[in-house]
Amino acid sequence: MASKAQEKPLSLRILLTVFLVIWLIAAAFPFMWTLWGSFKVELDFFSIANWRDALTGPRTEFTYGHPFTGAGYAGAWIQEEFWRSVINTFIVCFFVVCISLTLGTLGGYALSRSGHNYVFWLLIAALMFRALPPITLVSGYLPPFFEWNIWGYLPTAIIVLVAINQPFTLWMLHSFFQKIPKELDESAKVDGCTQFQAFRHVIIPVMWPGVITTGLFSFLLAYNDFAVTAMLLSESNRTMIPAVAAFLGTTQTEGNVMFAVAAVVSATVPLFIMVMFFQRQIVSGLTAGAVKG
Amino acid sequence: MKHKTFFWFFLPTAMAMLIFIAAPLVSVIMQSLFLPHEAVLIQVENCGPFGCTQQTSIDQEATQALRDAAPMGRFAGLEVYFDRGHLATAEVAEAWRTRESLGAFFGELGNLPFYRAMAFTLTYTFTVTPLLIALGFFIAVGVNSVTRQIRGFLIFFSLLPMIVTPLVGSLILFWMIDARGILGNLLQYLANDPDLSLKASTPLMWISLIVYGIWSSAPFAFVVFYAGLQTVPQDTLESAQIDGATRWQQIRYVLVPHLMPLITFVALIQLMDNFRVFEPIIGFSAQAHATSLSWIIFNDLGGETRQLSAAATTSVLTVLCVAILLTPVLVRTWRDFKGKA
Repeated sequence: MASKAQEKPLSLRILLTVFLVIWLIAAAFPFMWTLWGSFKVELDFFSIANWRDALTGPRTEFTYGHPFTGAGYAGAWIQEEFWRSVINTFIVCFFVVCISLTLGTLGGYALSRSGHNYVFWLLIAALMFRALPPITLVSGYLPPFFEWNIWGYLPTAIIVLVAINQPFTLWMLHSFFQKIPKELDESAKVDGCTQFQAFRHVIIPVMWPGVITTGLFSFLLAYNDFAVTAMLLSESNRTMIPAVAAFLGTTQTEGNVMFAVAAVVSATVPLFIMVMFFQRQIVSGLTAGAVKG
Repeated sequence: MKHKTFFWFFLPTAMAMLIFIAAPLVSVIMQSLFLPHEAVLIQVENCGPFGCTQQTSIDQEATQALRDAAPMGRFAGLEVYFDRGHLATAEVAEAWRTRESLGAFFGELGNLPFYRAMAFTLTYTFTVTPLLIALGFFIAVGVNSVTRQIRGFLIFFSLLPMIVTPLVGSLILFWMIDARGILGNLLQYLANDPDLSLKASTPLMWISLIVYGIWSSAPFAFVVFYAGLQTVPQDTLESAQIDGATRWQQIRYVLVPHLMPLITFVALIQLMDNFRVFEPIIGFSAQAHATSLSWIIFNDLGGETRQLSAAATTSVLTVLCVAILLTPVLVRTWRDFKGKA
């Protein structure tokens, strides 16, 4: 690989390194900075006098006797009951992922194994649904949900998120299923399996990588959603992201910005851990639809 | 697969999509054509020891009866579409007739909520998309040229701005560019203006939102291009080198043409995604300077008075715009399908 001809001149190497370092700082520094600052008091993190205060924390030390304080976290988690939102988020994400994958694997499998013409039209319909911004559907949800008295509850939001998730899940699983040779389920059927048995006992066991990748993206969609959950959940059933948005409205005026900062850091941690463990799957999922085309 | 088997496999997901995507879409279109009933008013005469007074009050029973008779509201046709909050045809025509210059006309348009939102949404979409593609491409080329050991590390940190919740990511940046935050301080120092505040100026707010947009979407382009770079035919690259192509020429004439289908793919996806820009406006509290169609819908639906028909109308208009942006994707999918068949 590294032949003499491909060796880069020094100037180019320096330029490249500088560029990558700048990008690395741009990508990672905001998170580090906010994490560090979340353990300070507001006057340090938003310092009028000197920006270095956010690093050293003189007022935090003055108030709490130590340059680090968990006051923002205590305020957000206990006083403002952010823990409720955290639990709600994980309930919503868990069920959205499970239901999405169940419906999606069945549908995606059927799409990949049927050669009929309508498969194409179904995929096109899914593509159109995928392009719809979810917020445009919300005004269609509200009147019936109020009418039937199901507005504000977690199961309602879960079902809606599952449905919004379906087009994307279908496309992704469809492309993963197509990589599995058809001979596999055909031979299972020759051995006397029904289509469902072939799917359940032969295809699913070899599909795990694809299912996990799709599950990660379903999780991200449910976790990151703001428009739908903010509109469809009542205050006591809020998930994390609408709760963070609510902090901005109420607590910022009361001088508790640090609650919001602490909540934002808390909401980032699970994503950070997820990328750490599933980096490979995320990358393969992002490129699944792209590289072929 | 037999039709019947296919039907049973596909039924659950089809039901979910029909009930929670297709039906609400129809309902949104219906709502946009109706207006809520106006309350029925009655005149009541109250006579007391000091004479009689006329009082106007709402006839609750009659209003309720009207609502029960036609629960959708009264039919308004396209009235809502053309009112001041949406396409504002009357106001636009008026502004055009009384215009002094083209600039003044566009200034007038900027006061109408729909056109104000459109101006920002389109500016955002068409500046963010090319810039994020360029940035993503250079990161991909850069990461591809470093040793294998640190690539994983680079990819990990590069993914963060994209994976993180849009609202959370925009808040993190917003706190840093705050006049008392680190970047805000730095800008004040660089501009030598201690009163500089991004929050106070419309152009600076637009630039911040666009920077956020590039920051959060460039990783997607990077990952896709990086995967594409792994499949570049080495022979072509080598023969270009033998023919004496410079590094820049290799990028321009070998890498870019090889990645062209991916660049189109990313551009099409990102045009649609950037068009729905919404969370950064909330995170940056930028509604005074920049609004988008999604933000208008959210704003109409939130609060005590849920203005359903106004929100529904903006939703339909948004869907129409997305449909226009989606057409090239559909054409491409259609061609792929034709190619295979």
